[in-house]
Amino acid sequence: MISSFPKLLNATLITLKLLSVSLIFGLFIGLGFAILRMNNNKLINKLAYGYSYIFRGTPLLVQIFIIYFGLGQIEYLRTTFLWVVLKEPYWCAIIAFSLNTGAYTSEILRSAFQTIKPGYLEAGRSLGIPSKIIFTKIQIPIAIKQSLPAYGNEIILMLKGTSLASTVTLMDLTGVAKYIISTTFKPVEVFIVAGGIYLFMTFIVHNVIKYLEKKYGFQT
Amino acid sequence: MELLYFGDKGWGDELFFATLMTIAVSITAMIIGFIFAALFTPLKLSNNKILNSIGNAYTTVIRGVPELLVIYLFFFGGSGAIMFVASIFGYNDYIEINAFLTGSFSIGIISGAYSTEVFRGALQSIDKGQFEAAKVLGFNKYVYFFKIILPQMLRLAIPNLSNVWQITLKDTSLISVTGLVEIMRQSYIAAGSTRDPLFFYSFAAVLYLMLTFLSMQLLNRLETKYSKGY
Repeated sequence: MISSFPKLLNATLITLKLLSVSLIFGLFIGLGFAILRMNNNKLINKLAYGYSYIFRGTPLLVQIFIIYFGLGQIEYLRTTFLWVVLKEPYWCAIIAFSLNTGAYTSEILRSAFQTIKPGYLEAGRSLGIPSKIIFTKIQIPIAIKQSLPAYGNEIILMLKGTSLASTVTLMDLTGVAKYIISTTFKPVEVFIVAGGIYLFMTFIVHNVIKYLEKKYGFQT
Repeated sequence: MELLYFGDKGWGDELFFATLMTIAVSITAMIIGFIFAALFTPLKLSNNKILNSIGNAYTTVIRGVPELLVIYLFFFGGSGAIMFVASIFGYNDYIEINAFLTGSFSIGIISGAYSTEVFRGALQSIDKGQFEAAKVLGFNKYVYFFKIILPQMLRLAIPNLSNVWQITLKDTSLISVTGLVEIMRQSYIAAGSTRDPLFFYSFAAVLYLMLTFLSMQLLNRLETKYSKGY
């Protein structure tokens, strides 16, 4: 049980790397699609909705498999520079995770922007504040505050989602745990150690979000 | 399109039965989850500190640990645990548990943790006066729970339970690692033997989308039924 600990800790680094990179990409994707969702053009709106519907309605495992096994099948892609990225399981996993978390993030941000009372924007406009500053100084802080609890949940879901990277040969925490289980046949002990590491990470995320909620917890 | 023909030529019938298997596993897991929720919700609401922390430990651990890890625990540890219990009763042969049971049990435990949270939230948001009024009017325990508390709880719980159903349905794709032939596993087999992974995995995505879409329609109908009068 103790001898497996260093190996699992090493694998935790890969899990954290996958998580942080895909969260950063996902945040930008989510913000982009949230803005598209609030567009008045019906076609753009529908497209953005379709994106989030498809990625939220299918399992993450299917998405990874399509990107890792499926896209390599297209001959044309193999000749472009994209192939450099798509032949690496690491980047395939990151693309799948980013697109997935981007879909959820776009929904979270959209509902956060929509719950801002129109009175705040009107007040800003009637005070003669330029619309850029209204966006950055009024809409964004309120949206951050509104979306923090839901986004915290999304981070935890994504942390658990990174375990699927082990299905495309990446040795992340779950991948190494499975390897140790199948060589030593000690499922319970390995589960306790690996599960403990995951729980510890969830605990930290939970508390950071709680702290941020307090910090941004002004009355709206 | 030939790949989807029914019969020996295509994979249509295999994928059809795989879809039925996914539905069967999801429903079984959901029911097992309800049993777990029925056990753990009272614990989470109990005033006894020990019982309370048992309930909290269940939901925190299961919701904080990846589903795949839980599935590996039961897949590799399940038959060992049952053989250990059997050996106490003097049965020493190798026992292999059915993949369907391990799969639905492990997904059921996960789904149960989410259901527990939903039921706890719903019970806590019922007006206290309802409990008191029911007690004061002297209803017996059966009427008290099944006719007064449960209908009100269901109204509040159903929208969140449909989320739990979606999570459960999508989690069943993970049991493919144990070899149970559901949509994901069947697509994997088909993709391997036809060398056409893009088509089969995309088709799997379409099947899952169809399942989530159809079940959402059904659950929305249920939701309107139970929120009658509000």
